[in-house]
Amino acid sequence: MPLEISGLVKRFGTGPDAREVVRGLDLKLERGECFALLGPNGAGKTTTLRCALGLAEASVGSIRLCGLPVPAQAREARARVGVVPQTDSLDPDFTCAENLVVFAGYFGIPERDIRPRVPELLAFAGLEGKENARIQSLSGGMKRRLTLARALVNKPELLILDEPTTGLDPQARHLIWERLRRLTAEGTTILLTTHFMDEAERLAHRLAILDTGRILAQGSPREVIAAHIEPQVVEVFGDWTGEGAASGAAAWAARHAEALSRRCEISGETAFCYTDDAAPLLAHLAHQPGLRTLHRPANLEDVFLKLTGRELRD
Amino acid sequence: MPHATALHFAPPRLSLRFLAVWRRNFLVWKKLALPSIVGNLADPVIYMLGLGYGLGLLVPEVEGVSYIAFLAGGTLAYSTMNAATFEALYSGFSRMHVQKTWEAIMNAPIALDDIVAAELVWAASKSCLAGVAILAVIAAFGFTASPLALAAIPVVFLTGLCFAALGLIMTALAPSYDFFMYYFTLFITPMTLLSGVFFPQGQLPDSVQLIASALPLSHAVSLIRPLLLGQVPAQIGLHLGVLALITVLAFWLALGLTRRRLLK
Ligand SMILES: Nc1ncnc2c1ncn2[C@@H]1O[C@H](COP(=O)(O)OP(=O)(O)OP(=O)(O)O)[C@@H](O)[C@H]1O
Ligand SMILES: [Mg+2]
Repeated sequence: MPLEISGLVKRFGTGPDAREVVRGLDLKLERGECFALLGPNGAGKTTTLRCALGLAEASVGSIRLCGLPVPAQAREARARVGVVPQTDSLDPDFTCAENLVVFAGYFGIPERDIRPRVPELLAFAGLEGKENARIQSLSGGMKRRLTLARALVNKPELLILDEPTTGLDPQARHLIWERLRRLTAEGTTILLTTHFMDEAERLAHRLAILDTGRILAQGSPREVIAAHIEPQVVEVFGDWTGEGAASGAAAWAARHAEALSRRCEISGETAFCYTDDAAPLLAHLAHQPGLRTLHRPANLEDVFLKLTGRELRD
Repeated sequence: MPHATALHFAPPRLSLRFLAVWRRNFLVWKKLALPSIVGNLADPVIYMLGLGYGLGLLVPEVEGVSYIAFLAGGTLAYSTMNAATFEALYSGFSRMHVQKTWEAIMNAPIALDDIVAAELVWAASKSCLAGVAILAVIAAFGFTASPLALAAIPVVFLTGLCFAALGLIMTALAPSYDFFMYYFTLFITPMTLLSGVFFPQGQLPDSVQLIASALPLSHAVSLIRPLLLGQVPAQIGLHLGVLALITVLAFWLALGLTRRRLLK
């Protein structure tokens, strides 16, 4: 199994200042799958990955990476893993090609073996011909893609990516998604964290939603949606001028939402009505002047917001 | 948690994997080798020539040799100390904290112990490369003529290791670059003045002499100066032993502090 985490607890600090950041987390990756870890800021995603790699010590729990016990044999296990860290850590003193060659050196891969693969690795990351470009001259998206290429120098069986597409434009995100799909098709196991629900829905065979160090939901995107939320959503917004009221969707929701939907959440000027059957609600809304509606199937973001709340983190 | 602290300060686990990290630093240095050497060379050589010829007019002889020949050995010793210290502090800190180079390397099958060991050996190597250049200048000016001067090169390397190890302690503790000013003002600069670089330690008051002779730079000077003057140093074993012991203990402490800082 590429990664097996059981009962992981991670505390920072000691005594009264101690904070439990990961609180009993279990995770098992199947060979060849793409697994996404979703969670708000501070949920414990990066901490979990650091523990899995043996870079932070678990307070409690056991971890096996590529079949080897962590931290005891973390170093050996990392030889078979590729990592794209959350913050770029490319070597600013080297060119693109040198970054790959020097990084391969850390795996004991000699220069004569990696040099011929450099053009192929750069092409994979959409950086054809950038061999001699300096890191400072790369855009954020190019740096991210080079970091992906760097994570592949050792032909890893498991690729761990911490927010691989944060801060990237749609073109770069699509390129990374396409490459990650290609890697899973070739048999590489992928574990990634993300804040983008569409990213998880597109890429992940399975995902887990993490909050305050606990997994709140786990399964395939469809399973998670089916298990945790009503299938239909009607978003209601605009100025409601019916029933003598001159106010927003919230006022409408206060009077009618409970009777017409299973659950209704207000966020800003919009009411999100969750229901198994939207027909009666839509029929009612058709006669409410001023209100506008958007009817759609429930998605992962709805589950995420339901489970982790709508308040800001951090 | 006493458990975690004990783990952090467990003995270093060294392996040859440090070479890959050493090589990384060497490759960066190689790109700018000439300016780097000149940078490390210019300051000490200017001081040596300026003080040596200037003060040399007032002080015809020190311990039986011209003042500038006396100064040459001290210059090689303290410039080695400075080069190793700068590399371990400023360059080490930027690789550890600013550029996150160490973090990137730790994602590969390389342990933090190997990285810190590589920084130690690299800082010593760089100071040694600069030291050899200074030695060449000293020889070119004719301030040393003895083949024994070549034996100063391994001593320079050991001196580099010793001050790199001490510097890495500071790097492990530093919140920012500003912190290093204290280390220079409170430790490096006084030590330079007390270790017999510019004048014989015999000139110091007795009580100060006792402390001064225990300073690591004093041991380096006690070895390097006689070698440049063509003499076999007195108490070689003691001086080498002290430098080696400080290197080992300081490296151990630096590694423990670095593990505590980074492997949380
Ligand atoms: N070295 C550390 N010392 C103390 N607290 C830490 C440390 N590293 C992380 N934390 C805390 O642990 C919590 C989880 O952090 P973590 O980086 O794992 O979150 P995350 O899910 O990756 O968040 P983000 O989406 O913002 O990257 C945060 O509250 C953070 O402040
Ligand atoms: Mg994170």
